[in-house]
Amino acid sequence: MIDKEWLPEGVERCSFGKFMVWIGFLGVFVLLGVYASYVVWSTGLITTGLNNYFAFGLWIVFDLAVIALGAGAFFSGFLFYILRIDQLKNIINLAVIVGFVCYSGAMIILTLEVGQPLRAWFGYWHPNVHSMLTEVIFCITCYLIVLIIEFIPLILENKKLNKIRFLHHLAHNFHVYMPLFAGVGTFLSFFHQGSLGGMYGVLFSQPFAYREGFFIWPWTFFLFVASAIASGPGFTMLVAAMMEKITGRKLVDFKTKELLGKIAGSLLCFYLFFKFLDTWYWATETLPRMGLTFSQVYNEVYGTWLLWFELGLCGVLPAILLIVPKFRKQPSLLYLGAVLACIGVVINRFVFTVQTLAHPVMPFDTWQVYVPAWTEVMTCIEVTAYCILIISLSYRYLPVFPQERKLNG
Amino acid sequence: MAIYKLKEFKIKWGMVIDLDKCTGCGACMISCQAENNMAPMPDATDKMYSLTWMLVYRLSNGKPFPEHDVAYLPRPCMQCGNPNCVPVCPVIATTKDEEGGIVSQISPRCIGCRYCQAACAYHSRYFNWHDPVWPKGMEKTLTPFTSTRPRGVVEKCHYCHHRFKAAKEKARYDGRDPMKLDDGEYVTACTENCPTGAIKFGDLMNPDHEVYHLSKSPNAFRLLERLGLDPQLYYVSEREWVRRQGDNYLEHEPTKGV
Repeated sequence: MIDKEWLPEGVERCSFGKFMVWIGFLGVFVLLGVYASYVVWSTGLITTGLNNYFAFGLWIVFDLAVIALGAGAFFSGFLFYILRIDQLKNIINLAVIVGFVCYSGAMIILTLEVGQPLRAWFGYWHPNVHSMLTEVIFCITCYLIVLIIEFIPLILENKKLNKIRFLHHLAHNFHVYMPLFAGVGTFLSFFHQGSLGGMYGVLFSQPFAYREGFFIWPWTFFLFVASAIASGPGFTMLVAAMMEKITGRKLVDFKTKELLGKIAGSLLCFYLFFKFLDTWYWATETLPRMGLTFSQVYNEVYGTWLLWFELGLCGVLPAILLIVPKFRKQPSLLYLGAVLACIGVVINRFVFTVQTLAHPVMPFDTWQVYVPAWTEVMTCIEVTAYCILIISLSYRYLPVFPQERKLNG
Repeated sequence: MAIYKLKEFKIKWGMVIDLDKCTGCGACMISCQAENNMAPMPDATDKMYSLTWMLVYRLSNGKPFPEHDVAYLPRPCMQCGNPNCVPVCPVIATTKDEEGGIVSQISPRCIGCRYCQAACAYHSRYFNWHDPVWPKGMEKTLTPFTSTRPRGVVEKCHYCHHRFKAAKEKARYDGRDPMKLDDGEYVTACTENCPTGAIKFGDLMNPDHEVYHLSKSPNAFRLLERLGLDPQLYYVSEREWVRRQGDNYLEHEPTKGV
């Protein structure tokens, strides 16, 4: 193999040609997305499905979803480095990579999403301390830097790079200070996950999204944190399982996956308890105070089925599958539980973004339906392809899975 | 429900719109667009992408003939006393801090994130979807009083703020206190051009101004008042079904007003 000396020690990888075909396949989607980005930047957001009613659409849903699913990075880091759950060392590298691709992917989408991308730096220069979005801008940027710092030592552990004395020592020193970065990352990530929820909860002009709360934080602040840490670790586990399926190699032992399932299940139960309380209070107290009933904030398209789908099929069911050891010990049910939990969090982000804006607040206004345009869909596919591309390169050239040699020995 | 400390104002520029007088002619919409340098749109009939700082809604009582009745509701920016759009802006591109209580929009500062647009229950905030282009000859319609805005920023009604500045300037020139403008000295373009006089404009805090008294009419109401936005704009209608459409009511709740 042409790149043999760059491959991790003692592991098997597909031929360089086969890998290039795979990279080329992903590259096609990246290039199509780059073209869509060019169309958006050159002709403006008129080329999207956004309009005077839908200020936010697929891009914001995608951002919120990948950031929630990428929460496995900060939470696994917190459990491993701070709470010292040693077993997570088997998957912590992957969690960092997944976190990195999710957050950097969200950043790419954000450059498209703002109407004046060249003014994006105003967020740092003229910050409004009252805005939840300001907190999101600062925390996401800082956390992406933390993720890069966490990713660098793994890159430096590449067989070829690690032979360079300076890089070898640099990687070692990075590892020594990693608990500090994990702590900073946990703090930052906690706040921006919350602020993303807070962004909607503070909208007292939008009955579908508005929530009361504690001090300056609406309940959505805490619920978004809880739902992110309930789905993030499960998503990391699913990525590992998918990689095993695609590569045909064992990468992480089932015990570690099961542990992540257990963590996700426990947190999902915690989240659902408060989510049900929140939904009940909102439906019976908050909405009537605004002169609305529960049924009025749903219609034929954005119906209550979304709520039952989110909290029942993708909430209670995965919580049972992940929390009951008998179910969790079966790989198919473990994966099913994790998949449903991830779908649940995506629906949650979708309804808070799209349904909030679809609901007519003025009594004489009408419901609207949001349909994303090809530019939005293609750029989301592009970022997904980019994420897979980075994970593929990391898997091939970096010692991501410490158990790989032993499991395939 | 305020998420930051609100500023109190001694002067509150506001409107009172008599919905029983409004014929839905749209003169207010046109005068607003002409006054504020809005470029012709590729398809102005498509309200999903149009720039209509002032938009007239058609209200119906939903009853069949002969009880059928309609009303027209002009909707500019409400200049809310407790605006949801201001605290959410990440770059302080919109403020409510000038005496008079008009919510500003600083387009050179706006990054086009549209969070304020999502925060406005009235859909009073508009995103510039198109590049503003004036066909040859039409650039002569541009006024020097209002700046044009580029594609990709949010804009909204500011009660023809340039007219406010001009009125204050004139008062200073005449040796009068610019903060004590007489009734009618400062009016918006839509007020001036409303053929039926349905739109009245003035200081809601000043008993010498007509709007002060009109806003206290038993038939006066504000749009979505119970959300706590505290709009600086009142509507008036003697028709109960019109007032009822001014807010969301539970079935058993009585309509505000007489």
